[in-house]
Amino acid sequence: MNHPIIKLVAQRIALGILLLLAVSILIFAGTQLLPGDVAQAILGQSATEQSLANLREKLGLNDPAYIRYFSWLGGILQGDLGTALTNGQDIATSLGRRFGNTIFLAFWAAVIAVPLSITLGLIAARYAGRWPDKVISGVTLATISLPEFVVGYLVMFILAVKFRVFPSTALVFDGMGLFERLNAVALPIIVLVLVVLAHMMRMTRAAILNVMQSAYIETAELKGLSPSTIIRKHAFPNAIAPVVNVVMLNLAYLVVGVVVVEVVFVYPGMGQYLVDHVAKRDIPVVQACGLIFAAVYIGLNILADVISILANPRLRHPK
Amino acid sequence: MNDELRYLLNRTVSGKVSRRHFMGRAAALGVTAGVANSMLATATAAQTPVKGGFLRAGMQGGESTNSLDPALAASEVPFTVNNMWGETLVNVDAGGNIDFRVAQEMSSSPDAKTWTFKIRSGVEFHNGATLTAEDVVATLTRHTDENSQSGALGIVQGIESMSANGDTVTIDLHTPNADFPYLVADYHLMIQPGGGVDNPSAGIGSGAYMVEVNEAGVRHGFKKNPNYWDSNIGHADEVEIIVINDNTARVAALQSGQVNMINRLDPKIIDLLKRDPNVQIKNVSGRGHYVFIMHCTAAPFDNNDLRMALKYAINRQEMVDKVLGGYGGVGNDFPINAAYPLFDDTIEQREFDPDKAAFHYKASGHDGSPIVLRTAGAAFPGAVEAAQLYQQSAAAAGIPLEVKREPDDGYWSDVWNVQPFCASYWGGRPVQDQMYSTAYLSTAEWNDTKFHNDQFDNLLLAARAELDLTVRKQMYSDMAHILRDEGGLILPMFNDFVDAIGNNVQGWSEDPNGEMMNGLALAKCWLA
Repeated sequence: MNHPIIKLVAQRIALGILLLLAVSILIFAGTQLLPGDVAQAILGQSATEQSLANLREKLGLNDPAYIRYFSWLGGILQGDLGTALTNGQDIATSLGRRFGNTIFLAFWAAVIAVPLSITLGLIAARYAGRWPDKVISGVTLATISLPEFVVGYLVMFILAVKFRVFPSTALVFDGMGLFERLNAVALPIIVLVLVVLAHMMRMTRAAILNVMQSAYIETAELKGLSPSTIIRKHAFPNAIAPVVNVVMLNLAYLVVGVVVVEVVFVYPGMGQYLVDHVAKRDIPVVQACGLIFAAVYIGLNILADVISILANPRLRHPK
Repeated sequence: MNDELRYLLNRTVSGKVSRRHFMGRAAALGVTAGVANSMLATATAAQTPVKGGFLRAGMQGGESTNSLDPALAASEVPFTVNNMWGETLVNVDAGGNIDFRVAQEMSSSPDAKTWTFKIRSGVEFHNGATLTAEDVVATLTRHTDENSQSGALGIVQGIESMSANGDTVTIDLHTPNADFPYLVADYHLMIQPGGGVDNPSAGIGSGAYMVEVNEAGVRHGFKKNPNYWDSNIGHADEVEIIVINDNTARVAALQSGQVNMINRLDPKIIDLLKRDPNVQIKNVSGRGHYVFIMHCTAAPFDNNDLRMALKYAINRQEMVDKVLGGYGGVGNDFPINAAYPLFDDTIEQREFDPDKAAFHYKASGHDGSPIVLRTAGAAFPGAVEAAQLYQQSAAAAGIPLEVKREPDDGYWSDVWNVQPFCASYWGGRPVQDQMYSTAYLSTAEWNDTKFHNDQFDNLLLAARAELDLTVRKQMYSDMAHILRDEGGLILPMFNDFVDAIGNNVQGWSEDPNGEMMNGLALAKCWLA
């Protein structure tokens, strides 16, 4: 196996882990800076001095910050995220189900959006400047320009209230069949696809058109290849790196940035869970959510880097 | 009963015309309000409930931080959820009377200091255990413990001692309280097996429905409790509460038939929703109110002339029309309205009067610097717009108000009860004593107008022990006058509870105690 590639990939992963550690310090420090005492926030107005002191003792709030950081980190490495302060439930359990829901929604949105946007981007590049390009660009730019909740309300009004094709609230629960589940989340999937489509499609189009300026494309044209074959065989493989980067950014967005869509469709994902607990100053949950979001983001970016490296012939075939 | 009235009655019961319309027409036909009300109640009860089915509600006011521990209930969804699985000693019915639940009867010593409740026999918890007097005492005791963080702590603190004796519970109070049964109707005081000490959030009670699914902030599912003692409650086989905090999504869920009822309809869209033939709007005037509060101890509000000037400078009717979309009633600068027992309806309504406002403003000798009014969307829905309307009407009286918009986050800790003049709201309480004791007694923790008046305090404590209702009503009337003319409370409006139901829902009746039929709509309604 090629030595430089393994080294590069290992470097990326190591960097990612370091980055994640740095983020964990930031998250911990940030939650310490939130105004208000955690014990006071939990006990509320009726708190007495004695009960505050008891709770601080129980939560270990009297220890110095760095000790609390390492015990928190140690817990996480063993899969123990602690218990929520507000309702006393195990965070890993409730968060796990929420995270599963978020991933489910993101996965199906991605399954539709990624091939669709790349195909549309290829078509737009093939007919650059002509009507298919203009229609595709116009429609996708329109859907990305509307705020998500407006798109959400629009599809809800048309598909749920007017024609009653899909349910307006995306309720999912254990024991639902896959088809039932997909039917329930159809509207949020449609909205997410519409929102992420334009970015990936424009990037594909731009990357392909960029490559089309190269000398080897001209050679291919002079050989008499058809435009579609040129794009498929020569342009697209060389445009993968930038496209993969944008795809990964959008996948990360599908996981960490969909709280508005979750609220509109009452989808029990992680975004809503995080927002509720921030409002109640439930620090352990906020820290756990923050870390998971960061891990997803960093992980997907590492993946994008690795794919770009692998897709680069100069790295694949070192001299 | 004449034909017109009978026709109207039928239409009202089937939900085609509003109760308000019926009452108005009945009055025009010479029927007194009391008679009309009881006619309506009888006619509604005469509808035969359909048993079975699956009833769903879409509700605002649930978070993923919610717990089933009734001591911690603070928002709408936990309130309704607890009403499904739990039951209190007594409840307050739509007419303001005591409705016996776990307790079968009650009595008090002549000085209203000792209360005895007889526990209904044969009531079973969902775990099969029989509900005993000991469970009642244990429940109330748990809420007196500060570590339980109970929202009913202020209520049970008045209890000196309790004892269970066979099927009766005897409660001794520190000071006499004629309203004590209303206090134990508080929604935190759901009777739990063993008081819920071992596992407060088990969701085991004696209510009409048993907890099946409990996903905080998402949905709560229940199935019928087959051993429930009261056949008038709990018609559907299964009920479900879906948390839909987004206003538009909630309405869409009702319109698309995904849920059968929703709470908290935004007044702005009521008129639009009325055009949908499949949906009925259900509004009832309650005790909740929106307020502007001044600290009577802080300059410049320590001057009663300035307070009076600001009270005359607000246009109450305009606020009801524009902020509540007409779904509410005008306030009169004291926190009591006709929804309370012993309300004195002869107290003169304060009107918008720029001349009187200007007169008092001049008499106050205020230096003319702008008076800062703090507001935020969190204070109440439409609080920012209400403050702007207030600024305009005050300007007409020559009073310079400066509206300062504060962030929603931290409004209740940094602005309310801290800054001397701000917007706020109150949910109301079942009885006058509780409302006044919570927020207007000199020593009350939530005395958010910093109102200190010895005469008022003495009247409040005397009224609490007064069992003669005529005398008591007069005392409350005197207190209302004091607060109205000297207090720091500007009360422009009482907000209606506005819910909406699908056309296939029957059995709905108005309850001014709270939204969604005081949290029991799912248990009391049925699907046609």
